[in-house]
Amino acid sequence: MTDVTTTSARPKAGEKPLGARLRSAGKYVFLSIVALLSIGPLYFMVVSATNTTQDVLASSMLPGSNLIANWQSLTEFQDVGSAMYHSTLNAVATTVLALVVCSIAGYGFEVYHSPNKDRLMWVLMLAMMIPFAATMIPLFQLFADFGLINSTWAVVLPAISTPLLILLFRQSARSFPHEIIEAARIDGLKEVSIFFRMFVPTMKPTYAAAAVITFMTAWNNFLWPKVILVNPDYQTMPMLISNFTGGYVVDYGALMLAVLITSLPTIIIFFVLQRSFVAGFTGVVK
Amino acid sequence: MSTMTPATMLKRPERNKGGAKRQLSPAAKRRSLTGWAFLIPAAVLIGVMMFWPMFQALILSFQTGRGTNLDWADPLLFNYDRMLDDDVFRLTMTNTLLYLVIQVPIMLISALVLANILNNPRLRWKSFWRTAIFVPAAISLVSYSLVFRTIFATDGLVNDFLLWVGFIDLPINWLGETGTARLVIILGLLWRWTGFNVIFYLAALQNIDPTTLEAAKMDGAGPIRTFFSVTIPQMKPMILLTVIMSTNGTIQMFDESYNLTRGGPANTTMTMSHYLYEVSFQNNPNFGYGAALSYVILIIVAVLAAIQMKVGDKRD
Repeated sequence: MTDVTTTSARPKAGEKPLGARLRSAGKYVFLSIVALLSIGPLYFMVVSATNTTQDVLASSMLPGSNLIANWQSLTEFQDVGSAMYHSTLNAVATTVLALVVCSIAGYGFEVYHSPNKDRLMWVLMLAMMIPFAATMIPLFQLFADFGLINSTWAVVLPAISTPLLILLFRQSARSFPHEIIEAARIDGLKEVSIFFRMFVPTMKPTYAAAAVITFMTAWNNFLWPKVILVNPDYQTMPMLISNFTGGYVVDYGALMLAVLITSLPTIIIFFVLQRSFVAGFTGVVK
Repeated sequence: MSTMTPATMLKRPERNKGGAKRQLSPAAKRRSLTGWAFLIPAAVLIGVMMFWPMFQALILSFQTGRGTNLDWADPLLFNYDRMLDDDVFRLTMTNTLLYLVIQVPIMLISALVLANILNNPRLRWKSFWRTAIFVPAAISLVSYSLVFRTIFATDGLVNDFLLWVGFIDLPINWLGETGTARLVIILGLLWRWTGFNVIFYLAALQNIDPTTLEAAKMDGAGPIRTFFSVTIPQMKPMILLTVIMSTNGTIQMFDESYNLTRGGPANTTMTMSHYLYEVSFQNNPNFGYGAALSYVILIIVAVLAAIQMKVGDKRD
């Protein structure tokens, strides 16, 4: 967006015409409002985690001194440790397995491509259009038949192989120089070693992007864990906070603390890997 | 790259042409098998975890009974027939489509505008604005739903603010009235997902060939003209991708309906997936009817995606 004014030529370098300056100021006002609306609810969540229920309902926007009391009333009836453990286990297992399975598949589709493999790729991409709702009931029956209800496997297995990740890795394999593979073959490296020793280290940004997407999706997943993790002992953080409001009286301070705890891991990961996330995704749709 | 779409993306640029590949050498054959070995785990998982349940659900949708005691429905279309008289289902379908047609266009246009502002190289405090706009995308859907439930409570933050400013004299029962409860869901979706789409648009903007923008400027096009005639056409594949993603996401929406409004008042904010969950896994689970409902969701997703691909693929 360049400031082009038709009425007058620029008088001096560095001095903008009035219209452009107003437009520029309007842009900053607009951005400020957007940023305020964007951060506002999160700021409220953070301060409310330190406030009493009375203060939360009085819309106090200042940090209070009730953090420890909120923590105590939260952990009195809720097993936060167990929910954190299960959330972490599910999300980490999903991420590690998804990265291995999908990256090797994406690499395989690109480097060893043949008409039949391309056809299979096309079929797998169709799965992107299958809504989870349409597979949920048979999946539940499947895991029930194998006695896997309440198990980590039941949460993890449906989330490992996703068309989007395969596509992401296939696109990145496309930008991977073929000469490197040829050279490695001449040097006598096995195909599997070429993948692990040549491709994986070069594609770190793609792996980072894939890890962010997969971890966040797995951590935040709610519907499927809710269906398959019937026993409250195995519940995840999103399930814990969702059940929290079920009682008659809601302790808003403790609720907001629980919500904050649930959100922290994804917020941290998002910010640490923000750059590679954008960079990794630029490649997919190029 | 100007008219690439998910469909054309799948076509590969030709690498090794010529008929020399007809007869595979033993090494090439082994390599081809290695290739299959590399992609089999992913393919089998997608087959077992996505395609098989999808076909199983179709079979299930022609069955009736409770729990594991399922039998062919008589008549076969019993579950689909029942849907026609199911007022709650019709209501949840209306709600879901309402969210779709109102929220998705507002969100994507706002995201385009924001991405374009953020892409300006002369913008100051850029990383602050970006961070502020991206951060909602890092919050879990359940978390933000509960925050929104709290701030839109009758004695919550939004009412307190509006009372303080003097816009209203009495607190509004946001979640207790159909119109306002739907509005809160839409505001929530906008808050959570606009920044997420900005990320994708920023990535697309960075791929735009700067010489085309220069050329437009030299031809005397203003910023708005340049945006619509040069920038937007080059972003088409990304716009199509975001349209498909947000359409699918909205049609399958569950977390907000379940946690923010609990589907209320009187099911007027409930989504199709939420109703499907209630039918299939609450009180008196009915897998057959649930499967039939899930097929309606599947068909809506498929039809909308097909329309969007068709429209997006048009070359102009």
